[in-house]
Amino acid sequence: MRGGQPTVLPGFGLTLGFTTFFLSAVVLLPLAALVLLAASTPLHELLDAVASPRALASYQLSFGGALIAACTNLVFGFIIAWTLVRYEFPGRRLMDAVIDMPFALPTAVSGIALTAVFATNGWLGGYLDMVGIHVAYTRLGVILAMTLIGMPFAVRTLQPALLEVQRDLEDAAETLGAGRWYVFRRVIVPAVLPALLTGFTLAFARALGEYGSVIFISGNLPLKTEITPLLIVIHLEEFDYRGAAALGFVMLAASFVILLAINLLQAWGRNGSVRRDS
Amino acid sequence: MTAAGAPAGSLEELATRPGRETLLGALARRCLIGLSVAFLAALLLAPLAVVFATAFRSGIQGYLRAFADPDTEAAIRLTLLTALVVVPLNTVFGLSAAWAVAKFEFRGKSLLITLIDLPIAVSPVISGMLFVLLFGMRGWFGAWLAANGISIVFAIPGIMIATLFVTFPYVARELIPLMQQLGNDEEEAAITLGAGAWMTFFRVTLPKIRWGLLYGVILCNARAMGEFGAVSVVSGHIRGLTNTMPLAIEALYDDYDFTAAFAVASLLALLALATLALKSLVERTGYRRR
Repeated sequence: MRGGQPTVLPGFGLTLGFTTFFLSAVVLLPLAALVLLAASTPLHELLDAVASPRALASYQLSFGGALIAACTNLVFGFIIAWTLVRYEFPGRRLMDAVIDMPFALPTAVSGIALTAVFATNGWLGGYLDMVGIHVAYTRLGVILAMTLIGMPFAVRTLQPALLEVQRDLEDAAETLGAGRWYVFRRVIVPAVLPALLTGFTLAFARALGEYGSVIFISGNLPLKTEITPLLIVIHLEEFDYRGAAALGFVMLAASFVILLAINLLQAWGRNGSVRRDS
Repeated sequence: MTAAGAPAGSLEELATRPGRETLLGALARRCLIGLSVAFLAALLLAPLAVVFATAFRSGIQGYLRAFADPDTEAAIRLTLLTALVVVPLNTVFGLSAAWAVAKFEFRGKSLLITLIDLPIAVSPVISGMLFVLLFGMRGWFGAWLAANGISIVFAIPGIMIATLFVTFPYVARELIPLMQQLGNDEEEAAITLGAGAWMTFFRVTLPKIRWGLLYGVILCNARAMGEFGAVSVVSGHIRGLTNTMPLAIEALYDDYDFTAAFAVASLLALLALATLALKSLVERTGYRRR
């Protein structure tokens, strides 16, 4: 990396100084507080908090639910992105704009709204109830909320990648006798694989940490429909800061691994192969 | 990412160009469009519609009555105040960070960018908890703050700091790639011709990046007004004092006052719709996210 490249532009000290200061005060110092508190907690206390049956059940739901939600988004994200990129139909622009709704809609609003729609007396919940599917106040409801919140990540990372797939390559493959399925498998999927995995990871990360839209539809039964972020809130409400920090540390470590994975995937997407830092 | 220099839409035209459509192709097209519409209708449109349907189920009077409640009014005021403080701060930060990163080479630049993005990857609940650990009764600065009569957690400053944290990257992550892509030639020309630093910023840089800046500010504002998890942890839920609009929705919902809860929710849903509309307008100018 080059240091101190000559430039006539002013403001290096001011902007970098302010950026570093503000970043340290708002982000780094608070994160350090969490890590230090978790690190200074006696090991047996830490393990009690991190490996209690209630905590383990919450990981199962949070990680497992986020995984199922991200897989769902992988499939539907691809279908939606494909529809938006490849087909021309009335309402396409509107559909394109509506994709970002979960970004813009406050999570508390989507939480109570999803619950209202999927409760047994709701618009869709009533029909699902008739065929024996219960969504509200079950694990399925948690997964549904996690799917909603992760959906735009999958679609928005896939869309530009699908736009870049060369139609010529597909045409060439078809001219040479490849079937549609073969073209899909051998031309399209390899081309968008980095974007597919990035979208999956982003959707997973968002679903894992999600709180607002999940807690209304989940019913919050301990050991059954309790997500890890909610368990942290419960610890905090009982002024059990160490227990909360220990769980927070687990989640934070998971986020860190995910962030690392995303960065590697994006480097892969840019270069065609995983870049190694010199 | 579109190819550099290609006019917007050309790739899209190429991608959607009509060809000979086989029977199977037509069937696949209808199925995929149908699936997409069904998925989005169930997950996005039905919840949005139910918000307004429930808010207005006791008529306009019932809807308006929800806003006559002084606690709800206080929540709306607090949400506006929070956005008014947080969004400008993060805008200044975003401009500063983008200037430092895009205009200069220095060691640790990619680390800095990663750290700026960090709050996006942190669960909202953990974001709020960080400030409880720092400023709460048993936190690092808790005793000192209590001795000096300053309350941050369970008070308005805590809500603002937590919101500052969760909305921290929004403007910066929009501006950094934009300014990196636009380059420094015009700024260097302006400085060389004798323009001052501030004049260069306001007359050269700001007009160049205005759509990206607006885009970032819109997203930052939407998150600031709508944040629930982080604010919920630090607020203490004191009605009329430390409840923002999302928290007021939860309080009303827990009271089974569904009409009022959904009435407040409808305001935030309108904010979301306005955000999406503004975003689309900015995208119409040719601004594309990177």
